[in-house]
Amino acid sequence: MSTTRNILLAGFGGQGILFAGKVIAYAGLMDSKEISWLPSYGPEMRGGTANCSVCISDEAIGSPLVTNPDIFVAMNLPSFDKFINDVQPGGIVLIDSSLIDKKVERTDVTAFYVPATKLADENNLNGLANMILLGKLYQETKFCSPEALEQSILKCVPPRKANLIDANKKAIALGQAQ
Amino acid sequence: MPEKVLMKGNEALAEAAIQAGCRLFFGYPITPQTEVAAYMSKRMPKVGGTYLQAESEVAAINMVLGASAAGARAMTSSSSPGISLKSEGISYIAGSDLPALIINVQRGGPGLGGIQPSQADYWQATRATGHGDFQILVFAPSTVQEMVDLVSDAFDLGDKYRMPAMILADGMLGQMMEPVVLPDHSGKELPEKPWAASGRRGRGTHNIINSLYLTPQELERLTRERFARYDKIKATEQRAEEYLTEDADVVVVAYGASSRIARSAVNMAREKGIRAGLIRPITVWPYPTNAIERAIPTAKAFLCVEMSMGQMVDDVRLTVNGRKPVHFYGRTGGIIPTPAEVLDQIEKIVGGAE
Amino acid sequence: MAVVFSRPHALTDAAFHYCPGCTHGIVHRLVAEAIDELGIEDRAVGVASVGCSVMSYDYFACDMVQAPHGRAPAVATGIKRARPDDIVFTYQGDGDLAAIGTAETVHAATRGENITVIFINNAIYGMTGGQMAPTSLPGQVTQTTPYGRDVKIAGHPIRICEMLSTLDGVALAQRVTVDCVKNVLTAKKAIKKAFENQIEGRGYSIVEVVSTCPTNWGLSPIQALDWLRDNMLPYYPLGVYKDITKEAAEK
Repeated sequence: MSTTRNILLAGFGGQGILFAGKVIAYAGLMDSKEISWLPSYGPEMRGGTANCSVCISDEAIGSPLVTNPDIFVAMNLPSFDKFINDVQPGGIVLIDSSLIDKKVERTDVTAFYVPATKLADENNLNGLANMILLGKLYQETKFCSPEALEQSILKCVPPRKANLIDANKKAIALGQAQ
Repeated sequence: MPEKVLMKGNEALAEAAIQAGCRLFFGYPITPQTEVAAYMSKRMPKVGGTYLQAESEVAAINMVLGASAAGARAMTSSSSPGISLKSEGISYIAGSDLPALIINVQRGGPGLGGIQPSQADYWQATRATGHGDFQILVFAPSTVQEMVDLVSDAFDLGDKYRMPAMILADGMLGQMMEPVVLPDHSGKELPEKPWAASGRRGRGTHNIINSLYLTPQELERLTRERFARYDKIKATEQRAEEYLTEDADVVVVAYGASSRIARSAVNMAREKGIRAGLIRPITVWPYPTNAIERAIPTAKAFLCVEMSMGQMVDDVRLTVNGRKPVHFYGRTGGIIPTPAEVLDQIEKIVGGAE
Repeated sequence: MAVVFSRPHALTDAAFHYCPGCTHGIVHRLVAEAIDELGIEDRAVGVASVGCSVMSYDYFACDMVQAPHGRAPAVATGIKRARPDDIVFTYQGDGDLAAIGTAETVHAATRGENITVIFINNAIYGMTGGQMAPTSLPGQVTQTTPYGRDVKIAGHPIRICEMLSTLDGVALAQRVTVDCVKNVLTAKKAIKKAFENQIEGRGYSIVEVVSTCPTNWGLSPIQALDWLRDNMLPYYPLGVYKDITKEAAEK
């Protein structure tokens, strides 16, 4: 059985794709796992699509580029269309259903639909749809220990934005409850 | 124990250089290495150093030449097309026997090429970083931690041998984040440089930093001296990691980003009962011929894996020198090969050998 | 016996390799005299460029660095940033400064890089044997403009002091020549001022010296000075194009 989780997060620039990936990566680090985080870069990061590969493993990580994810988080339709067929059979797909109205046609993966952007707007958590999805992902996969997730938030939110720590935690809790 | 932090390769390179005592950075923006410059612009003023954005890569490398001539630890960083522009200055730095650190976070080429990771500048780094008879030290890290560790080694060995040193990275290593432990070099003294043109200040004679020798006999003598130094480096400074090579039938040879993929492929092969191993050059100049030599008696074949059309494979072939078959597998243009592709090649070689 | 004339201390004993009648020798001496008078030889670092003055590293007694063609301002920048207490000067010809090194020149100037630049403008490439320079005059015959410089083909000459005087980082931009005693004295004052500006941290100072190249102009030394007065000075008028100390005094 593979001890590696290969995670791909994809969406628009500005949705916090890279940040969510960093929170996952840091949580892995807090659990003393081997981890890697690799963003897409170049013109796409300037307002276009953004995606981010995160690997968490008990062993040294080979390629940090996730081409066939075990876990795929989709935050917009172009990314959903682009990557849905690359997900490993038996993998998990997490979808922001307020932005993607398609359903997963594949039957060999487990899909979860969370209207994350809508939930964020309704709960005064603007811009934290990424964290709502991360909360749901944690709930379904337990990719890290609860302590590690807590510590990771503290590590990843920069000091000048410390006032957002509680909002991030609230968004994660909201996601867990979905 | 020092804390592990998550850092991008590019930022880790920059911080490692500061930790190694570098206080002068001259750069120019280019994807995918720009974070090095951005990080330096933030950090240098806080440590009493200088970050200067030059008008061109050409100017940046010549600022490094000036700072190094004055005896300071100085560096520049760029990606493939920018390294081509720096090649003039690198040749002059080598010809003037100056140390300097040059970072190449490789992207696809030729020309403007692409911005995705590549290893297509191997020939440039190891054969022709500029005109003339010379070599530079070339280090090829494969993890963010190794990027950090090799920066201070590159500075130290550049000083020791009075020659330029390069970190040959790529867009994948530059952009990815991994946990790193930053070294603590505090208290470490930088070497004296009595040869520097830093103002005589009581010294009896003037120091001249120069690469012009109009008398052929003198230029030949100096070049031979330099090559005697290179021979010493080849004998003492080779570095490579040998992974599962003792009993390997197929020895994969890969450096930097592609060595990570090759290692996964080797592990997959082992799970299938195929005896595969990996030689990972950490210095690509000097080339780790000793590690290759050690594998030749037991290996049935070598497989060189690169993110290029096949450049380092020349060095593998030169070392193996016909004694065993040397195969090549590469992807280029910014494509990272997958472990499955490499495993497929290993299986083909094993199948063919049987 | 009273010594009334001696070699400046800041020049070594090496004999110049320059051609008879070439003004490099005079300018070298003026630079050395300025270094002597300001007492900065011990902390001066010169940057030799590519051209006839490439071997000036053998003539100046201070520490010297030889730069790639055109890159002297970048090399000087590196030295100055590494050793801000050093007094750093470049010594460049017209091909080096105004053709291959124009970008380095303009940007060092606009950064206000606190260095001193001695610019020898003799309207020709001397070391390679008399090809067109960026400052060759319209109609001037050179090895690569055998029918005279046709500005429709080869473009126009470049006036460096005028151009650089528009940049905020420039402390001094002055054009001088050394064809007669009076002008030599003016040149000396300008060069000394260019060093003083650096000592005071005022920024980039350039002294352009309109110079001769008797060998490649195909003239005797005396004829070369006449040609300079008759042809070069009308196109490259002598004078101060920018001097921030004067501007400050006028305010």
